[in-house]
Amino acid sequence: MLDVDRIRADFPILERTVGERPLVYLDSANTSQKPRQVVDALAEHYLQHNANVARAMHLLGAEATEAFEGARSKLAAFVGAARAEEIVFTKNASEALNLAANTLGSRLREGDEVVISVMEHHSNIVPWQLACQRSGATLRWFDVTDEGRLDLEAAARDNLINERTRVVSLTWVSNVLGTRNPVAKVAAQAHAVGAVMVVDASQAVPHQSIDVSTLGADLVAFTGHKMCGPTGVGVLWGRFDLLADLPPFLGGGEMIEIVEMARSTYAPPPHRFEAGTPPIAQAAGLGAAVDYLGGIGMDAIAAHEQELTAYALDKLTSIDGVVILGPTEAVERGSAISFNITDVHPHDVMQILDSRGVAIRGGHHCARPLHKRLGHQSSTRASSYLYTTAAEIDALADALVFTRDYFAPRFGGLA
Amino acid sequence: MNIDELYQTIILDHYREKHHSGLREPYEAEVHHVNPSCGDELTLRVHVDGDTINDISYHGEGCSISQASTSVMTDLLIGHSTAHAMELHDKFLEMMQSQGRIEPDEDVFEDAIAFAGVSKFPARVKCALLGWSAVRDATLQATAPTTPSDRPSAG
Repeated sequence: MLDVDRIRADFPILERTVGERPLVYLDSANTSQKPRQVVDALAEHYLQHNANVARAMHLLGAEATEAFEGARSKLAAFVGAARAEEIVFTKNASEALNLAANTLGSRLREGDEVVISVMEHHSNIVPWQLACQRSGATLRWFDVTDEGRLDLEAAARDNLINERTRVVSLTWVSNVLGTRNPVAKVAAQAHAVGAVMVVDASQAVPHQSIDVSTLGADLVAFTGHKMCGPTGVGVLWGRFDLLADLPPFLGGGEMIEIVEMARSTYAPPPHRFEAGTPPIAQAAGLGAAVDYLGGIGMDAIAAHEQELTAYALDKLTSIDGVVILGPTEAVERGSAISFNITDVHPHDVMQILDSRGVAIRGGHHCARPLHKRLGHQSSTRASSYLYTTAAEIDALADALVFTRDYFAPRFGGLA
Repeated sequence: MNIDELYQTIILDHYREKHHSGLREPYEAEVHHVNPSCGDELTLRVHVDGDTINDISYHGEGCSISQASTSVMTDLLIGHSTAHAMELHDKFLEMMQSQGRIEPDEDVFEDAIAFAGVSKFPARVKCALLGWSAVRDATLQATAPTTPSDRPSAG
């Protein structure tokens, strides 16, 4: 069992109030809060060790390089990578996915196919659209069932993954529905036809243990700021032999070997993919974040969230007028829960909740095609993390009842 | 912040029963404006005869603020000159960006005075502006000397 009170003491922001009410932060799928340990690590880096990495040869340069490369090793251990060189630092998960789409996209030809799903975040849709537009390859996608699960049967019927498939890129856990996808199963299908398996793990890595050696993926993208780390740093993990085979993404300093005026040769991974001064302090902060999460234990965090998700689904499904998007049972499911209140727009739900201190997200959550597929223009999303309490779920439920009853008589509807 | 300041009865009335809603013929320009962060979408047509806006018709999906603001805007602009529309757009924009500092003139703004409260909620200002930006864009297109090319409209 997680000692949530002790954990919350590490997050001073959770003591804030909104007017008279305590802040109820249920927007962790958007960005997580940061523990003091991470902020302290950032401050210590800037105040005691700040210098550029690799190119600075003095004492501080050596310390900064140690902090940056040390963070790489910590991330490698955290995800079960075979070696630290399999961790590429990017600015966020979007850049990591763009790196994947650009480098893999350079090999695509007309007649090739790329497979994604309708439940992807825009950052796992648009880069592949661009790659297909440039190469003439065809973009195809998994549909979802009405319950918000990946429709594997329809995919098999349509021969979605076939001998023309070059890349399959799939989210592990949906940022809207919470659905956890069977990555290993889809990866096996991709590998059977010689395709590369890319996984967007932005909503998975913060919440559960991950072992890339058994996941089945060839490339995995995630971001630091959703897992207690700072903004400005993301990660692309890749199998080393695949990374070594990929062309550069961005050109610039530190990604090269020898530069001539007419041509250049490139550094081996990971530096080949890290042009320019990288997010040094942010990587150090992310290293502190994985120390923090590892110290608590990812399995304990996952168990806490599983319990909260079951509790929240129970609470929300019992409120008249609330409709859940996605699985309503806490089975193969993350902690993000999206919903709508009948006849009240998510923006208005968000506003009323905000006035009661409850911070959630309203909109299409960068997943417009998914909302369209499910027949919702947009939705409201509540998302929990290791510091979330059952009392906060109660506050959410109370605020939703208040919201429904605030608008219903004014709209001549319920009540 | 008191939410009743935001959700005034005028706004909720317009949201429940939108004036001039629906897409109609004839029209000289149609625009599609979106609010990408929240997903609000609005298709809006203007029918201009000479200097006069004879009709504004629209189909929108969005929050109460964006929908009510569009409804109020049609009441204020239909039957008036395009110059008046541009002037009122600019005044409304100025009021919405004033963070509650500008006290609107009820003779000019009529029901739109209810949106003065919205200007105190910075995240919602773009909701209130969606319809106004669309009508400005459509009117400019309809009154342009040559028909503009099929360019995508920004929200």
